[in-house]
Amino acid sequence: MTDVAVPVTTRKDWASDQEVRWCPGCGDYSILSAVQLLLPELGVRRENTVFISGIGCAARFPYYMNTYGIHSIHGRAPAIATGLAVTRPDLDVWVVTGDGDALSIGGNHLVHALRRNVKLTILMFNNQIYGLTKGQYSPTSEIGKITKSTPFGSLDTPFNPVSLALGAEATFVARTHDLDRKHMIETFRRAHDHPGASFVEVYQNCNVFNDGAFEAINGKDNRADMIIPLEHGKPIRFGADGEHGVASDGQGGLRLVEVKDVGEQALVVHDETHANPSLAFALSRLATGPHQPTPIGVFRAFERPDYGSLVDRQLLEARSREGVGELASLLRSGATWNYD
Amino acid sequence: MTTKSKPATEPGRVETIDQVVIRFAGDSGDGMQVTGDRFTDESALFGNDLSTFPNYPAEIRAPAGTLAGVSAFQIHISDHEILTPGDVPNVLVAMNPAALRANVNDLPNGGILVINGDSFDERDLAKAGYESNPLKDGSLSAYRTYEIPMTSLTLEACRPTGAKPRDAERSKNFFALGLLSWLYHRPIADTERWIVRRYGKSPIVAEANELAFRAGYNFGETAEIFESSYEIAPAEHLPGTYANVTGNVALAWGLLAAAHLARLPLFLGSYPITPASDILHELSKHKNFGVRTLQAEDEIAGIGAALGAAFGGALGVTTTSGPGIDLKAETVGLAVSLELPLLIVDIQRGGPSTGLPTKTEQSDLLHAMFGRHGEAPVPIIAAKTPSHCFEAAIEAARIALKFRTPVYLLSDGYLANGAEPWRLPDVESLPDISVEFTTEPNATGAEGAPCFWPFKRDPDTLARPWAVPGTPGLEHRIGGLEKQDGIGTVSYEPANHSAMVHARAAKIAGIAKTLPPVAADDPNGDARVLLLGWGSTYAAITAGVKRVRKAGKSVAQVHLVHLNPFPPNLGEVLRSYEVILVPEGNLGHLTRLVRSDFLVDARVLSKVEGTPFRVGEIQQAILDEIARLESSPAAGAATAKEAAL
Repeated sequence: MTDVAVPVTTRKDWASDQEVRWCPGCGDYSILSAVQLLLPELGVRRENTVFISGIGCAARFPYYMNTYGIHSIHGRAPAIATGLAVTRPDLDVWVVTGDGDALSIGGNHLVHALRRNVKLTILMFNNQIYGLTKGQYSPTSEIGKITKSTPFGSLDTPFNPVSLALGAEATFVARTHDLDRKHMIETFRRAHDHPGASFVEVYQNCNVFNDGAFEAINGKDNRADMIIPLEHGKPIRFGADGEHGVASDGQGGLRLVEVKDVGEQALVVHDETHANPSLAFALSRLATGPHQPTPIGVFRAFERPDYGSLVDRQLLEARSREGVGELASLLRSGATWNYD
Repeated sequence: MTTKSKPATEPGRVETIDQVVIRFAGDSGDGMQVTGDRFTDESALFGNDLSTFPNYPAEIRAPAGTLAGVSAFQIHISDHEILTPGDVPNVLVAMNPAALRANVNDLPNGGILVINGDSFDERDLAKAGYESNPLKDGSLSAYRTYEIPMTSLTLEACRPTGAKPRDAERSKNFFALGLLSWLYHRPIADTERWIVRRYGKSPIVAEANELAFRAGYNFGETAEIFESSYEIAPAEHLPGTYANVTGNVALAWGLLAAAHLARLPLFLGSYPITPASDILHELSKHKNFGVRTLQAEDEIAGIGAALGAAFGGALGVTTTSGPGIDLKAETVGLAVSLELPLLIVDIQRGGPSTGLPTKTEQSDLLHAMFGRHGEAPVPIIAAKTPSHCFEAAIEAARIALKFRTPVYLLSDGYLANGAEPWRLPDVESLPDISVEFTTEPNATGAEGAPCFWPFKRDPDTLARPWAVPGTPGLEHRIGGLEKQDGIGTVSYEPANHSAMVHARAAKIAGIAKTLPPVAADDPNGDARVLLLGWGSTYAAITAGVKRVRKAGKSVAQVHLVHLNPFPPNLGEVLRSYEVILVPEGNLGHLTRLVRSDFLVDARVLSKVEGTPFRVGEIQQAILDEIARLESSPAAGAATAKEAAL
């Protein structure tokens, strides 16, 4: 809002005076601290930063940030944030949501915010469970999940959030997890800097209702063989010595390979910026859940004009075409007549 | 229709009449709405007072020629002030058998019936359900029937354009418009210019419409089948510049005006729905006013985005109708809790559920009043005429901004699509409704440092401060959870919740202090019956009251614009009448509210037929009440006793 240099801040400046009340051991703590560590590095102002959430454990996030914020209603955060971002392009608007909030009750708002490419940074904490309502299965829970509402196992096929976002024409799609602070910070930084809607799925452990949901991939001993780091412009490989890789399956999809079997030339080179999201989508299909080798990082970072700037362009064009609107002439714009 | 001169029978004679009601009816593909609109503009330019009532099916293209597909437009024009589109037509233009069948029962004996004789072959008759041809079986003998081969005359007239017969035939509505324009001495130059403007992009269509329009006009003049033509002198009007507006356009302009007067950017989040979509269409045209319109993914997102915009300091608005307000209820509740300004515009239509999308009703009042969980009071404003929608939008915005509250603005299908001449207001004379954003801390924190309390209320209005993002030092979080009074942090404390519930209620109730008191319209001061109305019944009630007074009886009238809270002295006014009759397009919404608020014996006069009240219905109901009172000795005695005191 002014030309004065952005004040130097520390993590403490971004924390509100509210006591954080997530369950001890919740993955949300590490996500909160990643965000509070990142913000001082972004060169942004507290007063120009807004966090908007819906309902759920993740949705308490804005209360803990010393910024502007709204803790709104279930699923509606992307819609509310759209109205704010479109009318206030000067703001940094973040949406913090969970798997139930974003993909179940708010699924419609999420996909439309993504396709419109509204300038929002959307962080979806995926713990594959409903925590705040005390443990029902969520739209990302695996089939057969035993919960209070599914004592004989859940029957519905889960969403793959990255696939869903890509299918919704998202321009920035990434995945990170709550046990890797450095990766979270870098992923959130990229998401924030993206000029449009960005969607980050954060694998987050709910130690009360769904403990260890991601342990198969992000447990200390499992990571090397189960996490596939995505790096733009580089062949996709993983394993302690890079011995595993990703190659075409010859049918439009991808498969996991041993580098020694196929040779390095056969590995797929990651390209985030491709206009066609097919590669990103194929990567999102490598794992059917966090029990198989799973890509982590930026799947897609493609630039197209954000919705708010397109709206503003139309306003400017209308003004240069027709002049600034005058109420008195608007009222007289149709047929008028006078009586003396 | 009363005639001022003796009926003329010679061709070429001109009669002067004081008013007429014309109904154009045809298939929904026949262009009856365009025909009605043009006739309206011609009449407005000529200087008649007028009122219109478009009535069309919900289906875009119901099967052609069937009763379901009949579309009609009724216009009432006069040389004196009128309020309603008329109870029954004096003239019916029927473009096909279905239009005839669906409307002819409304035409009184002796009425003028103008029929497109080309569309009465066996197939057309069968589709309309006629077993015999009404043009031949004598069933129309009570009317002055003029059968005119409009389709073939239109085809003949359009031949020079080279348009294919199928295309040329579509111009027959302009033939009908030309014919009626001749019959009622309408000025036609403006319609000719309009045709060129409207259809200029397809020159053949423009030419065909123009030729058909001319042909209809000339046919009236030369065919000598009408005994006379009719003149209706211009009405007397207050001096000023006038325009003809529909309720939806006036409402859209009112929103633009409100944003201008508040010096705030306007944001509309809306999902298309009949009959509210025209507000979205109208605002979308005026981007040079800086208005941002979002066609949202659903009703919920429409209001959500409007609320988000309000948080950022815009005038946030959402527009919808019946089913839409059901979906928005949750976000209205959030807006009540956040205490942010927001306008929810509800163009009421027949319900429940999808109900009657294109027909009018006033059955959302109790939803607006109570349709949320928890104690969630919301102010309600209702527009009473098409042009009043402009003023009502500004008043709704005034309340929303000053008291930081969502406000329901109620209109309905009848106002939305109905048109009337509007004396344009002087823009300079419109009220300043601007409010200040908070830019400085308003409290002192624990360590003595200045801080911002988002729920520290203004002692006068009880409104909370509106500090928008971008204001340094006032960063704060608000949400749907209950908040600690003042400081605004989350609180589940019992006494605090009670205090907040009462504070929110008191804030809305306190709006009444800013409202002008109601004064009953009771010219002689001796009326015993009071007509209490709200919304679009204004026209029919006022006209009915006038008729009763003309007949020498006294009756009083109060018409409410503010439905929550009510004007401060309403109870007092109501209690001073023996009978309170409430005509409303529902089963008794306002009736229930005043009964419960004021313990008065208000009685409802209901109408839920998808159409507005007829003046005659109101008139009769008033006369019945007066007769009942006069025949009741007890009531008479009571009045005499009061008079003696």
